Amino acid sequence: MVERVDTTLRMPDRPPPMGGGALGWVRANLFSSFWNGALTLAALAVLLAAVPPVFDWAILSAVWGQAAPEVCKATHGACWAFIREKYHLILFGRYPIAEQWRPIMAIAVLIATVALSCNRRFWRAWLGAVWLGGLAAFGLLMWGGILGLAPVETNLWGGLPLTLILAIVGIVVAFPVSILLALGRRSHMPVIRAVSVAYIELIRGVPLISLLFMASFMLPLFLPTGMKINALLRAQVAIIMFTSAYLAEVIRGGLQAIPKGQVEAAEALGLGYWQSMRKIVLPQAIRAVIPPIVNTFIGMFKDTSLVAIVSLTDLLLATKQAISDPNWRAYFVEGYVFIAAIYFCFCFFMSKYSQHLEHELRTGAQR
Amino acid sequence: MRQRFVMGAVAAVLGVFGLTGSASAGATLNAIKQKGFVQCGVNTALAGFSAPDSQGNWTGLDVDICRAIAVALFNDANAVKFTPLNAQQRFTALTSGEVDVLSRNTTWTLTRDASLGMMFTGVTYYDGQGFMVPKSLKIKSAKELKGATVCVQTGTTTELNLADFSRANKLNIKPVVFEQLEESKVAFFGGRCKAYTTDASGLASIRSKDAPKPDDYVILPELISKEPLGPSVRRGDEEWFTLVKWVVFGLLEAEDLGITSQNVDQMKSSTDPSVQRVLGVTGDMGQKLGVDNAWVYNMVKHVGNYAEIFERNVGQKTPLRLARGLNASWKNGGLMYGMPIR
Amino acid sequence: MSDPRHQERGSAPRPSRPAPWNDPRVRAIIYQLLLIAGVVALGAYLVSNTLANLEQRHIRTGYGFFGEEAGFFIGETLIPYDAADSYGHAFLVGLLNTVRVAVVGVVLATVLGAIVGIARLSKNWLIARLASVYVEMLRNLPLLLQLFFWYATLTNLLPDQQDAIGLGPGIYLDKEGLRYPLPEPDPAFPRMILAAAIGLIAAWLFARWARARQMRTGAIVPVLWPALGFVIGLPLAAWALSGAPSAFDMPHMEQFGFEGGASMSPEFLALLFGLVTYTATFIAEIVRAGILAVSWGQTEAASALGLRRILALRLVLLPQALRVIVPPLTSQYLNIVKNSSLAVAIGYPDLVSIANTTLNQTGQAIECISIIMAVYLSVSLAIAGFMNWYNRRIALVER
Repeated sequence: MVERVDTTLRMPDRPPPMGGGALGWVRANLFSSFWNGALTLAALAVLLAAVPPVFDWAILSAVWGQAAPEVCKATHGACWAFIREKYHLILFGRYPIAEQWRPIMAIAVLIATVALSCNRRFWRAWLGAVWLGGLAAFGLLMWGGILGLAPVETNLWGGLPLTLILAIVGIVVAFPVSILLALGRRSHMPVIRAVSVAYIELIRGVPLISLLFMASFMLPLFLPTGMKINALLRAQVAIIMFTSAYLAEVIRGGLQAIPKGQVEAAEALGLGYWQSMRKIVLPQAIRAVIPPIVNTFIGMFKDTSLVAIVSLTDLLLATKQAISDPNWRAYFVEGYVFIAAIYFCFCFFMSKYSQHLEHELRTGAQR
Repeated sequence: MRQRFVMGAVAAVLGVFGLTGSASAGATLNAIKQKGFVQCGVNTALAGFSAPDSQGNWTGLDVDICRAIAVALFNDANAVKFTPLNAQQRFTALTSGEVDVLSRNTTWTLTRDASLGMMFTGVTYYDGQGFMVPKSLKIKSAKELKGATVCVQTGTTTELNLADFSRANKLNIKPVVFEQLEESKVAFFGGRCKAYTTDASGLASIRSKDAPKPDDYVILPELISKEPLGPSVRRGDEEWFTLVKWVVFGLLEAEDLGITSQNVDQMKSSTDPSVQRVLGVTGDMGQKLGVDNAWVYNMVKHVGNYAEIFERNVGQKTPLRLARGLNASWKNGGLMYGMPIR
Repeated sequence: MSDPRHQERGSAPRPSRPAPWNDPRVRAIIYQLLLIAGVVALGAYLVSNTLANLEQRHIRTGYGFFGEEAGFFIGETLIPYDAADSYGHAFLVGLLNTVRVAVVGVVLATVLGAIVGIARLSKNWLIARLASVYVEMLRNLPLLLQLFFWYATLTNLLPDQQDAIGLGPGIYLDKEGLRYPLPEPDPAFPRMILAAAIGLIAAWLFARWARARQMRTGAIVPVLWPALGFVIGLPLAAWALSGAPSAFDMPHMEQFGFEGGASMSPEFLALLFGLVTYTATFIAEIVRAGILAVSWGQTEAASALGLRRILALRLVLLPQALRVIVPPLTSQYLNIVKNSSLAVAIGYPDLVSIANTTLNQTGQAIECISIIMAVYLSVSLAIAGFMNWYNRRIALVER
């Protein structure tokens, strides 16, 4: 592969036997390909210096399977035994070990629901019911307390299920809120518009971390004495507030793309505001912005890691707790690489899906 | 139709997360009795004070205080649930009602007692702030830390004491402040700072539990502050405040009277009137507090007296190897002094 | 209006006039009144709860603590600060630290992002592939994870101060960060700054003159080199005229590490590095999209006009690409500012971290968090405002 690139790059080196008129063109290409050649060589040198040692560290000299930290100390390779030792903690937090099949099932349910929703053929009303069922099954499995499942409190939830539920519930609840906000921002009624604009701009203007701080330190002061919300729900509220503002802007973009004639036609048919929105405008607008919605979801999935700062044991904080074990502290790179791979799988899949969808929807619209 | 789905989903989610309201805070004690357990805020992980063991059971001195409260109320050392809290969350968690009592190596200060909506009930450990440094640094005193970087956790009195100490001794110490205990420990043992500072007991705990090689680190002799650690409760329920306060006194009184978990049954037949009174054989001391008259008996039986709690969690036989020192009974020259139960 | 007529109309409305509850205008007013009532009621409910809670829990309120002594130290400061200074002063220190990392971050991320974006479009297969691997990798990982990783790497893998890596005369990299020499203060420096300012104005005037001349005569006057001469040459001349001071405050080893010179802590370096490499992936995509948005015909037309590549880029392609690039770039700049708040997780004393410490010392959550929000909101609005202005300016170039 590299050979071939090199030769193609070198080809214009030989000036074709042409007249002076083409000389400038040739010189430009000569110049250009010299740099291209130099760049290729430099990139190759960097790759040669970097790839073999990384490969050696990650695969060849690595310690696989179960092993004591002393075994890892003896080699210069990666210590995947650390992951083997701590994967319970990293993936499921402090969820009781005896009950660990439950978060595994819960994750499977969620992923299956998401996978089902990825297929455009299933974009029907019953998908809402599937989601409701999926979330209920997730809650049932994680929380327990009925059907003979031992109850497990939310402060024991952690790791991947926590990350997933924060992201998914965040988008599911934020979605209707954001539609209302987007419609509100385009409303003709000044008060409604002002309230929507103020909310959207306020939330988008501040960092998520300040909202999380607000949720964990201020929310308890806002509520009447004695009423309390647990830490997980507080963080979830902050994430929903944050997501709905960003999502509202995405949906507003979709609404702006709908020609005025559509609304006018709906009005001419005698449809009221809500009817025309629900039956004519929103389906088209949302369809047009599904790829950016997926991108918003990717961003939010990554942002759920911020709850680690307010001490919710998500995937990231659970990993940090695993790393703080003095016996294994030297292997933080392995820990971070492991969860990086998890985050990457989810985000990469979703971004590819969004690109695919974008392509599909675009060709659909052109037809 | 879709709207109804959405509403249903929201309701389901709220249900899953457990949005709960409880009775007014004026009756914390009643609410606890009603729900049948004490919700206790503890440290996320500080060996010897509160940390989950390998089976996931909470252990430690602060944890045992919570268990003693549960025993006094319900005669059941497991009628307690633990909420791990970091330094910043603890006061919000207490004042918002998320926990009923905060037993999380928290220093009793005027600001906290007067302006954070909480009340300290007593002292369960007299501590002082110290420094830990790598042995290789070869220094003998904290006063030699001129210009050194020091790792410290935010949201603690430690951070303020460090500044005071540095100013008083013109040391120009450079603090590196961390949000999480874990992060600060990793940074110190990773070599980011020359010294680590926190309460001396915490230093012992961290050295025994978190140092790659405990012997490579020394704890410097001077203590630069007073750190009386103790449980605290939310303002607004004096009965609850009184009960928690007397649980600590009861544990101290049991030690002073020589009542241990080993001999508590024999002691019941003691002729000493104060022992009889404390163990509930005579009188109605428990009733006055709103608990069973045998509350001290139960506490000592299930959890042990203060000396037993201390030795079991942080004493000479534990990895922390802490001497009683200031925490010895007043009879042995320490500061632990239980108010008379009569 | 007399009573009988009024009643008559009220009891039997004319069919052409909808009932009040069906009149869109009336309904709009009712909706809005309901919303106002709802917002006011919610606000009143929250405020009354809050006041009751604060009262009951004896929590102090108000911004009076601003003038009180902070009592805590801050690891790195741009302006002098001592634990005896006020909370207000500490907040200012935090704000400046945020600005410091954000400004440097914006500049570096733009440069790196532009390079990577162009590299992705390179005809060189290897370079384009490397650039896209970089972009796909980093933008699909949470920023906080990357910050933790860089921070752990810096503090664990860098050597102790005794074995600091020397990167040049007086430049050392080790566990306590990057230390570099700083010129000793000298009266020459204010003069140099003045000279640089004069040089900038001169360069701008020269560019204006050159453009006017080109408009008039068509002759192209080279602008770049004279302008550089003004901006760099004048301060250099000022330096030479002030006696060419060359004394440096060199870092030197003391008992607990280096003293003297200036330094960047590992916290700052990790935050900066993380922010730059993460944001650059998004900027790269924006730059790429911007370049692709300019149709190939434009390049061909430019070369048909006989413009050289550089000129074609500057006069034809860049102005059009910038119009596509600037709006999303703005939001990336805003993201850098907002993401710098993750500093709190790795111990860099930015605004959020200082506010958080203050919150813990004073217990005044509402006040501290409101300050954070107000500051970020005004910074966001200011950047958005500036970028909108700039956007309008380059949009005008169109015609």
